[in-house]
Amino acid sequence: METNVLITQIAYLLSAVLFILGLKRLSHPDTARRGNQLAAFGMLLAIVATLYGEHILTWQWIVSGVIIGSVLGGLMARLVKMTAMPQMVGLFNGFGGLASGLVAAAEYFRYTQGVAGTNVIPLDQSISIMAGTLIGAVTFSGSMIAFGKLQGIVTEKSVRYPLQKPINALIFAGILAIIVYLVAQTPALLDLAADTPLVLYLVLWAAALVLGILLVIPIGGADMPVVISLLNSYSGLAASAAGFVLQNNALIISGALVGASGLILTRIMCKAMNRSLTNVIFGTFGQPAGAVATGEQRTMADVNAVQADDVAMLMAYAKQVVIVPGYGLAVAQAQHKLAELCDQLEKRGVTVKYAIHPVAGRMPGHMNVLLAEANVPYTKLYEIEDINPDIANVDVALVVGANDVVNPAARDEPGSDLYGMPIIEVDRAKHCVVMKRSLNPGFAGIDNELFYLRNTMMLFGDAGDSIGRILEEVKQL
Amino acid sequence: MSGTILVSVYVFVLAMFTGFEVITKVPPTLHTPLMSGSNAISGISIVGALVIAGLGEGTLFDIIGLIAVISAMINVVGGFMVTDRMLQMFRRDTSS
Repeated sequence: METNVLITQIAYLLSAVLFILGLKRLSHPDTARRGNQLAAFGMLLAIVATLYGEHILTWQWIVSGVIIGSVLGGLMARLVKMTAMPQMVGLFNGFGGLASGLVAAAEYFRYTQGVAGTNVIPLDQSISIMAGTLIGAVTFSGSMIAFGKLQGIVTEKSVRYPLQKPINALIFAGILAIIVYLVAQTPALLDLAADTPLVLYLVLWAAALVLGILLVIPIGGADMPVVISLLNSYSGLAASAAGFVLQNNALIISGALVGASGLILTRIMCKAMNRSLTNVIFGTFGQPAGAVATGEQRTMADVNAVQADDVAMLMAYAKQVVIVPGYGLAVAQAQHKLAELCDQLEKRGVTVKYAIHPVAGRMPGHMNVLLAEANVPYTKLYEIEDINPDIANVDVALVVGANDVVNPAARDEPGSDLYGMPIIEVDRAKHCVVMKRSLNPGFAGIDNELFYLRNTMMLFGDAGDSIGRILEEVKQL
Repeated sequence: MSGTILVSVYVFVLAMFTGFEVITKVPPTLHTPLMSGSNAISGISIVGALVIAGLGEGTLFDIIGLIAVISAMINVVGGFMVTDRMLQMFRRDTSS
């Protein structure tokens, strides 16, 4: 093996090791930041090794591309608000998928344009190319739609239309057919009507892009954490596929790491919602017909509506308070005021804990990041298993912008769509206060029995305003 | 020829196992930085993109390469920087 190639291969191995070590350090908040830096360094090493070891002829495209990409990526990372984190991850993910897909495409064109030294694509190569194309394209368009949904550019609601599943299945079948044809025909590539494989390949791209869009469009906002995790996994698999194409171990290993990471998170999300992955992706959850109508129309008269000063009094003299944040907290941008309120309460000797449900928010760990941004120490954040057993001793459970994750129907009603999903059992606390803008049902479209319980108090209004008023009251007590 | 693809498959499978082992140790609190960080790592496709852009085999490859490099760099730089921003915010309780 010539020294150049040897050095590059060793550098790639080092990169992979740095990625793994970096991910290991991500297992604790104290070492996490260093872990990220290690991984970044590994990436730098891989880039330098490539430029050094590979047969680089034209530098102008590389330099311009690197500069443009870095500036764009850096600006977006710098300027984006922390609360737009889920959509940024989606967006970057999409770009990664695009890059992998393009690498596969370029490799395909090298054969069709006769630049690869042979006109015959080896079987394993063509399979890898097709896999890379499919996964890369689907990841790209799917991520873009996910970005759009989280950003509000595309409707957050589940978009459904007649024959949706058959159409998706048909497109997927068509894609498979094209792939099989292209792979099987490759040895006789140039014997065909010259353009057929090329045209088919482009059709493959178009179909895969469309499929990505159609797969993500029907997913509702509350299910986004699962989809984002899944797309994250796909972008890793796309990178791996590119690695198979280029016979590059750094790509294969890194892609596998990311693929595994995404799959684990997806599985965690699904377990946390107690729904299977197929149910989330292809399911009928959230269908408007029949889910909500229970015959009774509930009104404001059926709930205990309270004012901010009532809540302030209740919380100020409590011994234990648990706060359950949800997506509404992020929307209202009330995390800073909430943190301030908790500081005030703690000054009065109240124990304050945050109960974080795995699928609260629009992304795994969404609430954790939101609260970290408000300077809430991560030691105050607890998981369901740590909060539920002792919940009967909690004086006040404050629900801010969370809905399905505290819905007792998930525990008590076998007929409910939510049934089986672990919830934070705020209804078992001594008092429960729910902050909500109005009585409208959440994203699942399911009415929440919690609001109508005798023990539950509803504080209507914008979360930021409500918390602000409670804060003022507590300061004066 | 089929020897190398088999080796690649070995590498892939072993890497997946390693991934599972390492990632399951990440606590829910850090799931968002995990997503963002692993997403940045998937930008490793930059390596393939650089090769394409440097091929010098004609405009088609120059353009594909350019777009691929830009996309991958956005993924890499944006991803690591955003993850760093997030991780900066995590602090433990310094009181008491």
